[in-house]
Amino acid sequence: MTAMATPPPKPLVAAAAASLAARARWNPAEIAFWLAAVASVFLLPSKHLILTEIAILGLFAVSLDLILGYAGIVSLGHAAFFGFGAYAAGILAKYGIIKEPVLALLASGVLAAALGFVTSFLVLRGSDLTRLMVTLGVALVLREVANQLDITGGADGLQGIVMEPILGHFPFDMFGKTAYIYSLVTLFVLFLIARRIVNSPFGLSLRSIKGNPLRAAAVGIHVNGRLVTIYTIAAAYAGIAGALLTQSTQFASLSVLDFERSADVMLIVIIGGTGYLYGGLIGAVLFKLVQDYLANVNPQYWQFWLGLILVMMIMFGRVYGAIMAALIFAICTWTKLPFMQSIVFTLVMLAVLGLARPQILAVTSRITERAAAAQKSLRARLPRKPAEH
Amino acid sequence: MLTILFDGIAYGMLLFVVACGLAVTLGLMNFVNLAHGAFAMAGGYITVILVNRLGLPFLASLPLAFVFTAIVGVVFERTLYVHVYAKSHLEQVLFTIGLVFMSVAAVDYVMGSQQQFVSIPSYLQGQINFFGVGIGRYRLLIIGVCGLLTVALQFALASTRFGSRLRAAVDDARIARGLGINVNAVFAITFAVGSGLAGLGGALGAEILGLDPHFPLKFLIYFLIVVTVGGTSSITGPFIASLVLGIGDVAGKYYVPQFGSFVIYTIMIVVLIWRPQGLFSRAVAK
Repeated sequence: MTAMATPPPKPLVAAAAASLAARARWNPAEIAFWLAAVASVFLLPSKHLILTEIAILGLFAVSLDLILGYAGIVSLGHAAFFGFGAYAAGILAKYGIIKEPVLALLASGVLAAALGFVTSFLVLRGSDLTRLMVTLGVALVLREVANQLDITGGADGLQGIVMEPILGHFPFDMFGKTAYIYSLVTLFVLFLIARRIVNSPFGLSLRSIKGNPLRAAAVGIHVNGRLVTIYTIAAAYAGIAGALLTQSTQFASLSVLDFERSADVMLIVIIGGTGYLYGGLIGAVLFKLVQDYLANVNPQYWQFWLGLILVMMIMFGRVYGAIMAALIFAICTWTKLPFMQSIVFTLVMLAVLGLARPQILAVTSRITERAAAAQKSLRARLPRKPAEH
Repeated sequence: MLTILFDGIAYGMLLFVVACGLAVTLGLMNFVNLAHGAFAMAGGYITVILVNRLGLPFLASLPLAFVFTAIVGVVFERTLYVHVYAKSHLEQVLFTIGLVFMSVAAVDYVMGSQQQFVSIPSYLQGQINFFGVGIGRYRLLIIGVCGLLTVALQFALASTRFGSRLRAAVDDARIARGLGINVNAVFAITFAVGSGLAGLGGALGAEILGLDPHFPLKFLIYFLIVVTVGGTSSITGPFIASLVLGIGDVAGKYYVPQFGSFVIYTIMIVVLIWRPQGLFSRAVAK
């Protein structure tokens, strides 16, 4: 790009740098989050399998958050890159092309990034709806390709993958400890990079594109270039997440490219909140725990409750919607209602809540206001920190 | 050769009947209803129940399927959908995916996960030999019914009072209200008819498309292709798109089965990139 005709005044640059630095500062909650993650390695040895899944899902969600939460690109086919990475890692390992897992992981990420770069030009044009359809179409095409090719094993999936020890020293064990530590370290490293990216001037420019692409272009941001870049990066992240899944389960099947996978990751990011990276991680934890719980209670039909949560969250906002969905579920569970009656009960509740939505929203917004006011007055009463000199 | 063409036309007609409701909600009301397939599924299952369990004649159950799904549609529209019209496309997508998940699980539980078959009366089975071309009677029925519906729809939208009210309500809901049009009622009726048509399509297509609880997800992409490729500003666009899609899909599966649905998805992407507004629509600058 061309150099600017006149450099911006120095104080402005300094102020911008200071605000960027303030964004990038670590706050205690973040440190606590990662300490908890490290602690889980030692404290929850029996849960390593599900924790690995959470870490992988979290990485996948961070990837979607990069394009959805920061650049505002909606996608219903993000599983394309996840699945591509998963198959890439599987093929690399099965045919002994790259035996060392970390190198294979990187290679899968690079391959997925290449795919992301190529397909990124498809999402530059059109409205949200066009983007949703195009991304969905790309994922479906890939799924069809994986279904037809011999090298991917078709509908049977890619079987007979044997993983070498990580870095030649740490073999995968059957309890999933190595896999969990490996996934967690990968997640942490990539998270640090993502954090650096979104807190850089580049990240800020993405936010401005999300806010208003036309204005962003007017202040001299190369909009399409930035979108291509972040889409490629996000594809690499998703590919690495997929590769982690293949490496830790030593199996890749068509389900990595399923529509449900794209829908799930979208749901995760929406649950956790978009545009602050941790949303994906928190969403992944919540989603997996809820899914695990529902699948235990209602093995075959847990998707019903998942759907209910989605519907309620859109109708009544994230928090209140989730609470209402949980209440309906709790009533059905506590009264030991058979599933048939639960369906009827839920549908009736949906209709009633839908009709009463304006009243409910009035109540919930008052609660939110009260809570905010209470928080404010509590803060005012607390002794202030000594001012910095 | 001609038989394949004929089957393709029947298939395309079915897709059109199911998808035209979606074209209306998406194109006219600007609402992304991914749960549209669920209404088609409801129509299919209601026919299965009416014909197989209650022993109603097949032809009598078709209007019932239409009415039933239309009622379900209007109830959902009045209680749930109406709150989501003003939200962003992304939220609409999530909302309707939630409904799809619920419908899949509920139908799976109530009706079982196996594929359902409607027992078609004997006079609709078999083929008629017409100048050496084998024509399935059932498919002939489909083409007849769907053809009539298409003409009726085009007429209703283009030359009736209701059609012009609907178009006015879509163009600018506020002004339309100011002119004394009951926009909510117009939308509700449109939605009911759209769902009813989906139900009818599902009932007719249970035999050809295959009916199981995953129907809404399996055919979601087909309906969307019809709507996005055909454009949403008219009825003729989706109609031509569904015919092409139907013939292409049937012929593709017959001649080059190894390609599967690959070709169709690719065509959709190319069309969307080339003409984001759809093939047959004028570019709308909004």
